[in-house]
Amino acid sequence: MYTTDMYEGMLAETVTVTGHNGDPLLAYLARPLGPGPYPGVVLIHHIPGWDEWNREAARRFAHHGYIAICPNLYQRNGHGTPEDVAAAVRASGGVADEQVVGDAEGAARYLRALPYHNGKVGVIGTCSGGRHTVLVASHSIAFDAAVDCWGGRVVMAPGDLNEKTPVAPIDLTPSLACPLLGLFGEDDQSPPPAQVAQHEEALKAAGKTYEFHMYPGAGHGFFYHDRPMYRPEAAVDGWNRIWAFYGKHLGGPL
Amino acid sequence: MCTMIVEQTALSGSAKGALGWFPVAHANVAYDHPFHAPLDHALMIDFVNPALGLDARVSVELTPATARALVAAVKAALARGEEALAALAVGSTPA
Repeated sequence: MYTTDMYEGMLAETVTVTGHNGDPLLAYLARPLGPGPYPGVVLIHHIPGWDEWNREAARRFAHHGYIAICPNLYQRNGHGTPEDVAAAVRASGGVADEQVVGDAEGAARYLRALPYHNGKVGVIGTCSGGRHTVLVASHSIAFDAAVDCWGGRVVMAPGDLNEKTPVAPIDLTPSLACPLLGLFGEDDQSPPPAQVAQHEEALKAAGKTYEFHMYPGAGHGFFYHDRPMYRPEAAVDGWNRIWAFYGKHLGGPL
Repeated sequence: MCTMIVEQTALSGSAKGALGWFPVAHANVAYDHPFHAPLDHALMIDFVNPALGLDARVSVELTPATARALVAAVKAALARGEEALAALAVGSTPA
């Protein structure tokens, strides 16, 4: 717990990680200044791209005693403003699931090599990043805890599968390799509460460790303070759930 | 919802963006989360020319209702314009 007599400092900067297929990727790293050891968190950005909200979130993790890293999953589509890059990615049908898994694993490797890291790595994502989080945690053993924030398309109809998204994340539930926290809004259209319930049933059936929270009066993206979808009560409670969950599973400060 | 819904159509013409006029190659029409419009979802049209860079882009983000109104307005303007030109062509035909 923070008290007013403590030293506090933070470093946030762009670093380079090795992503899928050995590709070098820029990543935003935020960490507390201090000897550590600190747990690490890989932050998977949402569909609007490698944008300011994700940088703010990374700094928030650092403020709470985590080393946070957010790789630019859209870098292969070129550089420009986050919006221009994200628009190009959207036009190309998004990024491939396999590539996201490789990029997230590369970011986790970067964290584990840091001398002030405690050996634990979480993964978290919002929106499309929430779906990617479930996917990454089901494909990789590199993570110790996962947080899915309102990730849609975890449940997918067969007709929605394609070359880039060949498997519905829910179908990978038996191989989910770490505890999962899910934060959802009751008014969300994707994932609708019925799909969240379906995912929960799959987790139960597979005997997985998970906790899901469904917020009434909230829809999609209720953490986004710069959007009309922001719901302060749900957001505050959601962040507190994250701190408790990562505190328990990653050894972060409670 | 991250729908990933996008339709693409080739275009011939020009668009004016932050860098000035450029030849537009195609339009990406998406129904997904907007970047700026205060909406959960929007109908978005990007007029782009990828060969000139990612910033060769003119973007609009519209409510579904106003997007439909835009479609109707485009169709109406096309019909009136083509009708007017056709009438001129008839009027200029030598007897």
